[in-house]
Amino acid sequence: MELALEILPQVLLEGLVLGFMYALIALGYTMVYGVLEFINFAHSEIFVLGAFVGVEVLFWLQDAGQLAVLHPAFVLSLVIAAGMLISGLAAMALERVAYRPLQSSPRLVALISAIGASFFLQDALRLFESLWRNTFYLNYPALDVLDQVLPLATNLVVPVKSLMVIATSLLSLGGLYYFVNRTRIGTAIRAVAQDPETASLMGIPVNRIIALTFFVGGAMGGLAGVLFGLHYSLVNPYSGFAPGLKAFTAAVLGGIGNIPGAMLGGMVLGLLEAFAASYLSILTDGAFGAEYKDVFAFLVLIMILIFRPRGLLGETVREGRA
Amino acid sequence: MSGSLPSLGLLAYIAASSVLAFVFPQSVLAFLLVEASLLLLCYVPAPLKIKIYLAALVLLILIPFLGTFNGYYLEVAIQIGIYVALALGLNIVVGFVGLLNLGFVAFYAIGAYLWAIFGSPQANQFIPGGFFPLSANWFFIFLIFSIAAGALTGTLLGLPVLRLRGDYLAIVTLGFAEVVRAVVNNLDKPINITNGPKGISPIVKPPLFFKPWLEFFGLEIADSTLYPLYFYFLVLLMALLIILITRRLEDSRVGRAWKAIREDELAASAMGVPVVRMKLFAFAVGASFASAVGVLFAAKQVFINPESFTFMESIGVLAMVILGGMGSIPGAILGATGVTILNLQLLKGLSLWLNGLRQSGAELTLPLLGSYSLSQLPVQFEPAKYERMVFGLILILMMIYRPQGILPPRRDRRT
Repeated sequence: MELALEILPQVLLEGLVLGFMYALIALGYTMVYGVLEFINFAHSEIFVLGAFVGVEVLFWLQDAGQLAVLHPAFVLSLVIAAGMLISGLAAMALERVAYRPLQSSPRLVALISAIGASFFLQDALRLFESLWRNTFYLNYPALDVLDQVLPLATNLVVPVKSLMVIATSLLSLGGLYYFVNRTRIGTAIRAVAQDPETASLMGIPVNRIIALTFFVGGAMGGLAGVLFGLHYSLVNPYSGFAPGLKAFTAAVLGGIGNIPGAMLGGMVLGLLEAFAASYLSILTDGAFGAEYKDVFAFLVLIMILIFRPRGLLGETVREGRA
Repeated sequence: MSGSLPSLGLLAYIAASSVLAFVFPQSVLAFLLVEASLLLLCYVPAPLKIKIYLAALVLLILIPFLGTFNGYYLEVAIQIGIYVALALGLNIVVGFVGLLNLGFVAFYAIGAYLWAIFGSPQANQFIPGGFFPLSANWFFIFLIFSIAAGALTGTLLGLPVLRLRGDYLAIVTLGFAEVVRAVVNNLDKPINITNGPKGISPIVKPPLFFKPWLEFFGLEIADSTLYPLYFYFLVLLMALLIILITRRLEDSRVGRAWKAIREDELAASAMGVPVVRMKLFAFAVGASFASAVGVLFAAKQVFINPESFTFMESIGVLAMVILGGMGSIPGAILGATGVTILNLQLLKGLSLWLNGLRQSGAELTLPLLGSYSLSQLPVQFEPAKYERMVFGLILILMMIYRPQGILPPRRDRRT
């Protein structure tokens, strides 16, 4: 029990970092689900794409000898902006190529196409990096600022990169909330999510709004990808699968289609996972360890879907025929 | 007279392609031609009886015969059989009932591990007494066990989740498969049941009960050549049985109920179709096929580990069903055969060819671009490693351009 309390602050920090990342990715799932009512399975690859764009930009700066010269804040903003832009554009392109032709088809058809897109993108990334760098496991170059730590207490050491993740996520989540709820375009997005037909009668260009939603969701995913890369260093084309599935779980947990829900769901799932990773082995005397944390997330998903399919902040989901 | 001409042509084609495969036992192309004869059989207008004879000729005599010269042919044929069986199982759930199951591989894994654990010394880790590995004769008993185990797990998974709407169901089944894989991957402690990521081996092969008979007829075949042939016939038998069962099911009350649910669940239940029970039954049947195939797979591989049961495997089988045509039995067979050949023969062949080019170091001179030494081809560029891209493309392109598949089910053609 002593030990359990001792590590609590550190576990909470870990959970917050994970939670913000899941929240950022979950936004992409939930926004697309809001407007199109289907699971954008390829969103996890949009996330990974962001991580790869980030590492490529850093490599580019490194090769140009600028990485040590430029101000770290500028470097970080550049990397993040590039990751968000490319991921957003990729998500828009994906919608145009793989989903728009299927808008009138049953939802399962679009889902299958999305799964196909997800697989295709994984190997496309792998192929590109293999040809370009001859390897597809990439390590983020070290940034000195991020590797520093702030020892706040004896049992709480805060790495600067965790702070960076938390601050950036808070800023962008706040920005997104403002954008969706207080601006004209945000109102249009919500209108399309509520009822695409009526929205189009009110003069809202539905297809453009859908594309925009994909851009915003993709950009959030790309941001999460860059943060993921900066925080955990190693990326490969297949590293999006587990975070993607968990972020989807988070979106469902919060109530799919619901933007504050996605944020809340992400936090809850991140914290749950961090607790499971640290405490499972303490609670079961080492019989089950951190390796079950993924199982834990999926069990949470199955449980919510069975007992509360509307999620924590449950909006009633429209009952359509699949 | 007009009917016999196509049959003769077919026979000539089969003879020509098999002679070709016999003369060039290493050629991928030659064997592809032999396999294509089965596809031709479906399209050529000839009496059904002759078609069956010809199919039997190819499946029962030619392929095993060619397989004794090039073991890889037989390996490909066995894999095709396994995937045909899996695709038919998934076709029931996805095609007949319209439930997207993304975790089909979980049932396959359950069957495979069932035999792997008890058909190897692994079970001694948690059952004292040193009874294991069980003798080969238990293989067939476990085949039956696995059908029950598959049906049971299918029902257990189905009970809570079948109320969910289509896309949620897909994600939950995917989550279930990941849970199964993670459990198998980690259940080497506290009690070592699955031996974790290291996998289990050696797994006992099925019994050669017919060997005395072969010897009686004076056929002395070494075990190493006999086993692949044996597996080939076992897989063939299993695939044929599954085809038969699915066909009978499709045309039965149950099959009609399944399709009614697929078309309109509300209307079906209004007409008195017991929706939940029928869905559960479909889940159970599909799962038990996969599980039985898993037992065979474990015995064939001798070694299995969790790597064989990833999400990609589920998607591969799904791609087969969709390529062939959801809800169509010939479609599932064609899809499974096509995708397996693509993976095992075409992509691998292309990889070998590229490797050869790389090693030859020949110079390629292109107009405007100058010359390029082929030895500079990046090593990472190996088509065989890009299965996911192939599966992905199949899924997207089929959904956009031909969602009903290559061989859509009969019903669609009638209306």
